[in-house]
Parts: sequence; structure tokens; C-alpha cells
Amino acid sequence: MTVPAHAPEKLKNWNRPRIIEPGGDGDLLEVAMGPHHPSTHGVFRMDVALDGERVIRLKPVFGYLHRNHEKIAEGVSYLASMPYTDRLDYICSLTNNWAYALAVEKLVGQEVPERAEYLRVILGELTRIQNHASSIGFLIQEMGASGTPLMYAFREREKILDLFEGLTGSRMMCNYMRFGGCRVDASAAWLDAARKIVAGLPGFVDEMDRLLSSNEILMARTQGIGILPPDLAVNAGVTGPMLRASGINYDIRKVDGYGIYNRFNFRVPLGDHWDVYDRFMIRMLEMRESIKIVEQALKDIPAGPVMDPKAKIRGFRPKPGEAYGRIEAPKGELGFYLISDGGPNPYRYRVRPPSLINLTVLEDMCLGSDIADVVLIFGSVDIVLGEVDR
Amino acid sequence: MKTVEEIKAAIEAAVPGAGVEIVSNPGASGQHSLRLTPSYAVAVAKFLRDDAELALDFLSNVTGVDWPDKEIAEKVKVTQTVDGVEQTVEETRKRVEPGRLEVVYHLFSVAKKHGPVILRMRTVNRTDQVELPSLTRIWRSAEFQEREVFDLYGVLFTGHPDLRRLLMWDEFTDHPMRRDYVEPDDFEYEPTAHDAVAARAAAHQAGHRDEAQEGKVAGQ
Repeated sequence: MTVPAHAPEKLKNWNRPRIIEPGGDGDLLEVAMGPHHPSTHGVFRMDVALDGERVIRLKPVFGYLHRNHEKIAEGVSYLASMPYTDRLDYICSLTNNWAYALAVEKLVGQEVPERAEYLRVILGELTRIQNHASSIGFLIQEMGASGTPLMYAFREREKILDLFEGLTGSRMMCNYMRFGGCRVDASAAWLDAARKIVAGLPGFVDEMDRLLSSNEILMARTQGIGILPPDLAVNAGVTGPMLRASGINYDIRKVDGYGIYNRFNFRVPLGDHWDVYDRFMIRMLEMRESIKIVEQALKDIPAGPVMDPKAKIRGFRPKPGEAYGRIEAPKGELGFYLISDGGPNPYRYRVRPPSLINLTVLEDMCLGSDIADVVLIFGSVDIVLGEVDR
Repeated sequence: MKTVEEIKAAIEAAVPGAGVEIVSNPGASGQHSLRLTPSYAVAVAKFLRDDAELALDFLSNVTGVDWPDKEIAEKVKVTQTVDGVEQTVEETRKRVEPGRLEVVYHLFSVAKKHGPVILRMRTVNRTDQVELPSLTRIWRSAEFQEREVFDLYGVLFTGHPDLRRLLMWDEFTDHPMRRDYVEPDDFEYEPTAHDAVAARAAAHQAGHRDEAQEGKVAGQ
């Protein structure tokens, strides 16, 4: 790994935010960016202290969308939380379903039939493609390119959402996975439609690539800002495309090989400049890898049941114990930690939200940069407030 | 990866007197955990992160768990003298096991690609002795998650650089994820002068009705 020239050197308190002395003799300006700032993707606030246009301090403020999801889940049965997981990261409801189903399956030792595993991979990777496409679109929109790239991304996202609607009945709140399989089987017509849409996706990524990747304005705005050194990224628990943009080869699909991911041939793209442009580029490359996975899965998908016939549905009471299950969601490591006391409801239900934990390093990335770049650095983290505040 | 027993032995060799206890998990997942003595937790955490073989450099998940006071009914045999005759009588006695707050840490290794290693710590009780050492200095990812546990469960993390509420507002005093938390009944209190408005509306309606009736009479 080559260390970029502009990377900050390792200090004594290297995993704490640096302390920047304001220059000049003026006062600091304190700005509350949010909770209704258009760049914050919802209701999120950053309390920023500025010296001129330079960021001296930045404290994120959470909780505007807090509804105590975990407490609600402790009061209802295991299955009743499944539709609510859709509302965590509402862009990627299917991966949320998958992570929760995986954790419960670990808790009770449940097997999943082959065809259901394939369907999960297909839907999970389609979710990743549409998440990355729209997050790139939003990032470019925040740079000032109003609309056009976002609409390109949304045009493609709409096709994928149509597929979700055809299979699960809903575009965004899919509620599709069950403990031990999936809710309904995919018809041959649906699989054909999926093949047709997936065949068009490489063209879309090429188009985005031509439009954006070597765009001079994008390069000037995003290169060299929001540097996140790899040792800090690991220490701060950053996961997903952000971690890989910092040059760390850690993809849970490869590390855990959950589901059937070790059957597919795909690569893990890594960044070597650790900046906002790398995060943009990693998402671009991951879309291509995801397309490869979906193509392989659509080719190999076997016939068979989508639900384990032995799976217990009524009177679902796991034996006392606990389990932590995690997947590589589009935004990072999404984990569910469950403790069962033998009752019908979970004793403890915890969501490990990648969006919240990736924001731990927001201050470190923004310190010393211009206030205009904060919007871009924040956009490159790719968060959804439904998951941050839960 | 090492088993929990091996990790326990390694910790006890590196940090003498650490007093690690294995908490076995009876469930199907087979994820056993290690319970640490709070006073040694920071030293143990530093060892786990920096040890070349374990290299647990990635703290993924920090969770609070509330275990409220539990009433345990036990049957005890007691010797009693009834009417001058000694008898052995079975008596049910109730014992209250004091509740605790627990914090669970899930560790992985990015360098070695193994995990999870699960650490647990418990407070002395749920009311006044709720301090636990913060591991934020070792793993930065604990920063927001420990704030969340403090916010929702009320565990005080000593040595945390910025221990404030994360999700609830600063003026809030309770800890909503505790099992015995009761929602305040004025939760949806609406500060509008409801009754006054309703009375005005009723008066208006009444006047309206009268007018309508008058019109009806006039029309006839």
C-alpha cells in the first residue's frame, strides 16, 4: 500500500480527533448544519465551529428520528419485527431482512434451502446496485449537479424496484425473508424479467462511468478531501465501501462466506488514496462486481422449495441462548444481536447500524477542510437516518 | 481461531489477576463469551487488541442488556417444633437476586479475519453503582455506542471522552431501554387551549343552529 502524500501523520492520540488552533484574531462562528439542511438526507445535525471557512470542530447530533426500534422489537414476537426491519435502512430493506433472518437462523440453528439462498443473493446484490447508484447520484447532486446524474441513477433504480414489487409485492418495504427461507417463490417469468434487466445494467454503469468518473469538476472537488487513514478506519469500526476505500481488504461476503457467497466469483475493489473520490469509485466498481454475482446466481439457480418444510412458524420459541449474525449490507456491516430467554419475544434485540458507526470518524475527516467540502465528505459516508437513529 | 478457553488462558497469562470467567451459551449459535472484571477490563482490552496472534483490532458491536431484580422461590427444609414434636417441614422462601446492567462487546479481527470474541462486563447493581470502564480509548468505535448504552440503559462509562446522551434529548432523565421503564402518561401532551377552543366551537355551532331554525321558520 502506498501512503498518499497528503495523509495526516500518526499522532500520539491518533484515534482521537485532532485539535486545530484557529488562526487570526476573529471569533469562531458556530453553525448548526441541520436538522433541515438539504444535504443531510433527513433529520441530522452537525454543530460546526468555523474559523473563516475552515472547520475547527464538528459534533454530530442524533436522535431526531429516534423511535426506539429495539424496545418495540422486545415487545413483539420474532417474526413481527421482520416488517419493521424494512424501515431501518429504507433504501435497502431486503438486506435488512436478510441480516435479521440470518441472526435468528443462527439462534435456532435453522437451515435454508438452496433456492432460497440463491434468491437471497440475487435480491441482496440488486439491493446493493440500486443503493450504490442512488448514493452516487446523491453525492453528485450535493456537489451541485442538480438532478441529471441522480435521475440517471433513479431511472435504473426504478427498474430494480419494479422487480422487487413483482416478487415481494412492495417496492421498498419488501418484508420478504423468513426464518428458514423466503416468503414466496420466484416464477420463471420473474427470473426472465430479472435476467433482462440485469443484462441492461452493465450499460448503465458504463454510462455513469463515462459521465462522471473522469469529469474534471468531480475530480477537482472530491480528490484529496476527507482522508480516512486505514488504521483509524479499522479502530473506529468503519465498515463497507468506506473501509475498502481506505485500502483495507475486508468484505464480510468473503470473510464469513455467509449464505452461499463462496460459490461466486467476484473481486473486492480497494482504494489507495483514502479520499472521497475513492469512495465514489469503490461504489462504482462494486456495482460491476454485484452485477457479476447476480448474473452467476441467475444462471445457476436450482429448482426446489424456498422454505424449509421443517421450519417452525407457529409457536416460534427459540431455546435460551444468544446469537450475533452479520452481513455485508450496502452501507457496511449490518448485525443483529439477539438474546432469547425461551419466550416468544426476544429478550434483547440489538441492531448494529453501519450508518451510525461510520459517522464516528466524520469529525476526523472534516477537520481542517472547508465548510463546502463537509457536505461532500458527509455525502460520501452514505447514511440513512432511519438506521442511524433507529 | 483460538477457543474461548485458550483466549482465557492467554489473557490470564498476560494480565495477572484479571479474573476472566467463561459464560457458555446454551443456544445453537455456539458463541460463548468471556466475562471480565471491570477493574482489569482496559488492560485486557489493550492486550486483546495488540496481541500478535489474536489481533482483535475491530470492535464491531457494543450492547447493553438489562437484567432486573429476579425473585427466586426456593424450597427449604426447616426443622420445626410443633406441639412438642420435632418435624421437618418444607417451606418456600423467596430470595431476591439483585439486578445488574451488562455491557456486551463483539470483537473481530480485520488483520486475521477471525471472530467473534465476545466480552461482557456487569455493574454491581442497577441503581447507584453503575460505573464501568470505557473502552473508547482502545477502540474508537465504542465512542457512539457507549454513549447509546449510557443513554438508553444508564451505564456510566468512566474514562469516556464525551459521555452525553446520544438519541434522547439532554433534559431527559430516564433510561428507556430498561425493562422496568414506564412511558410517561403526558407523552402526547398538547399545549393548545383545547377546552376553550372546543367551547367556542360549540357556542358557534349553537348560534348557527338557531339561525338555521329561524330561517326555517321564516321560510314557512
